[in-house]
Amino acid sequence: MARKISMKQAINEALDQEMARDPSVICMGEDIVGGAGGEGERDAWGGVLGVTKGLYAKHGDRLMDTPLSESAYIGAAIGAAACGMRPVAELMFIDFMGVCFDQIFNQAAKFKYMFGGKAETPVVIRAMVGAGFRAAAQHSQMLTPLFTHIPGIKVVCPSTPYDTKGLLIQAIRDNDPVIFCEHKNLYGFEGEVPEASYAIPFGEANVVRDGRDATVVAYGLMVHRALEAAASLAKEGIEIEIVDLRTLSPIDMDTVLDSVTKTGRLVCVDEANPRCSIAADVSAQVAMRAFGALKAGIEMVTPPHVPVPFSPPLEDLYIPSAAQVAAAVRKTLKGGRH
Amino acid sequence: MSGITPIVMPKWGLSMQEGRVVEWLVEEGARIEVGMAILEVETDKIANAVEAADAGTLRRRVAAEGEVLPVKALLGVMAGSDVSDAEIDAYVAGYVTPVADEAGEEAAPATRFIEVDGLRIRYARRGTAEGTPVLLIHGYGGDLDNWLFNIDAIGERLPVIAFDLPGHGQSSVAVPGNDVAALAAFTGRLMEALEVGTAHLVGHSLGGAIACELALSQPGRVASLGLIASAGFGDEIDEGYTRGFATAQSKRDLKAVMEMLFADPAAVTRQMLDDVLKYKRLDGVGELLGRLCDGLFAGGRQQAQPGLRLAGCGKPVLAVWGREDRIVPAAHAERVPRPATVAVLDGAGHMVQMEKANEVNRLILKHVAG
Repeated sequence: MARKISMKQAINEALDQEMARDPSVICMGEDIVGGAGGEGERDAWGGVLGVTKGLYAKHGDRLMDTPLSESAYIGAAIGAAACGMRPVAELMFIDFMGVCFDQIFNQAAKFKYMFGGKAETPVVIRAMVGAGFRAAAQHSQMLTPLFTHIPGIKVVCPSTPYDTKGLLIQAIRDNDPVIFCEHKNLYGFEGEVPEASYAIPFGEANVVRDGRDATVVAYGLMVHRALEAAASLAKEGIEIEIVDLRTLSPIDMDTVLDSVTKTGRLVCVDEANPRCSIAADVSAQVAMRAFGALKAGIEMVTPPHVPVPFSPPLEDLYIPSAAQVAAAVRKTLKGGRH
Repeated sequence: MSGITPIVMPKWGLSMQEGRVVEWLVEEGARIEVGMAILEVETDKIANAVEAADAGTLRRRVAAEGEVLPVKALLGVMAGSDVSDAEIDAYVAGYVTPVADEAGEEAAPATRFIEVDGLRIRYARRGTAEGTPVLLIHGYGGDLDNWLFNIDAIGERLPVIAFDLPGHGQSSVAVPGNDVAALAAFTGRLMEALEVGTAHLVGHSLGGAIACELALSQPGRVASLGLIASAGFGDEIDEGYTRGFATAQSKRDLKAVMEMLFADPAAVTRQMLDDVLKYKRLDGVGELLGRLCDGLFAGGRQQAQPGLRLAGCGKPVLAVWGREDRIVPAAHAERVPRPATVAVLDGAGHMVQMEKANEVNRLILKHVAG
């Protein structure tokens, strides 16, 4: 399994293999085919960052370029899903979800419940998340908590190419609506990925590093910040265990609780704004369900509660850093009861 | 400085590039006998003891506990009393760790693929160029990495070939049949494709039953049998394991199942679980393992016992079990038709070739040396 590919290529491969396997899988989105349909240019673009590049040549009109109207095509994708297709809609930036909230929150999320379990909505909405792209406040948010809050929607945010391919394949095969969050600053990140198809089940967190001293819970880009922090902490003799949640809904609290029971200390790292975040949710659940195991107060590392700044130096300060994660870990180790 | 013997970081398996020194087990100045455990080394897959290949006195611990070092790095120095401390200092200072030949690995990958009966089979060739090859056959759900502590040790004497059975590891997700006979016939055709006429067959668990069946059906292909925790000597097998391995979906479920394989459950590392899960998640693998399980172990019983028919086959037989084997009981060792060399090793479970690698390697090398 020596082959290494980028996260962007992993997404492309998952879409390609699922489209080849299942004729009901279709893709919709802005510019995902290419250009405006002019000869010779159709294949050139493949989405705003080229993620779907080349798929039109293989799967033809099962990839649809849509008008610049998110409310229209997200609604169409949800409708097609309710009628037996497995659409994968690319929403470009998750920040644009606002105009589709009724379709997602009130329609897709509710069908199974409101129609007595008889309606399935196997739609996947892919969207780029996260800051650090110099794209300012309206193209840089980490809106994972908004979707995690709504029952009936599954929320995924992978950190590696291997997880990305397996989780996207699972998302397409899943019978519920899935918001698939792709961190734009991980698109170029490479890792080993099997060529064959595989699915990673939802609701299983991944312990990416073993450690005895503190548990760091993260997802997406923040997993890499935690790993950086782990390397510097190890030089001080501090060994942290890192739990990559991978899916935020369903969430694998068992793995988090097992780890905290072992280490007695918890640091939650989240790129979302601090209030009502994934970090806040995990912290609350651990405080409620494993209070007796905690040897110190829980720490959260998040951006401040402000929009993502456009100024590059401020944006860099906004995103949680490895140094902040390491400092939070040290704080739990100092401030604890023993 | 002919009197100096270096102790170096071993290479366990095809993917190992570095190891961590966990603990020294011998003091400086201590007399070391061949086979003595000198220090414990941990890789991302498993921990094991580095044993002395030569006798001598441990003069210097070079590697510190906790240190992570590349394969072939100098860990310690053995020498006789006629060698001065200054000479040892000079040896340590002058030691250059051979660079992991990355370019060489590019040119000659650790594993290759060959197509047999339309199935793509992954295999690895190691060891010497001359001699009767040793063919390593892993068990149900395993892959060629099950031999990570054995392949290079055996390769010091003879050519070694390890492969992933059909439907296993990185070979095609398909099997030629769901019984021992079909897998044995396929193994024979693989040997033909690899242009191996006769080989010493060393099989673990299901691989042992396959080796027995091949010795009976195609005796010309088999020089001898090395049977490690072998199936095929009775119908007992732990169904909780065979079925549990096929059905386990999560790391949590798989961990409980995999821990049954070892006397020391701590041997099951996160990396080992990740590797197995990566295999099990591939499309079609779960169903394939389910069908294999139905075919090989219907009703929780081993369906084929070719080992019991070995009497009079005329092949030298070595049988090794771990006393704490929870999958195929060590009591089956008593049923191996004699004459045979039989060893039941304490402190090991079903994966005895990993848990007691050095002892198993010695037994195999002695066995194949005839």
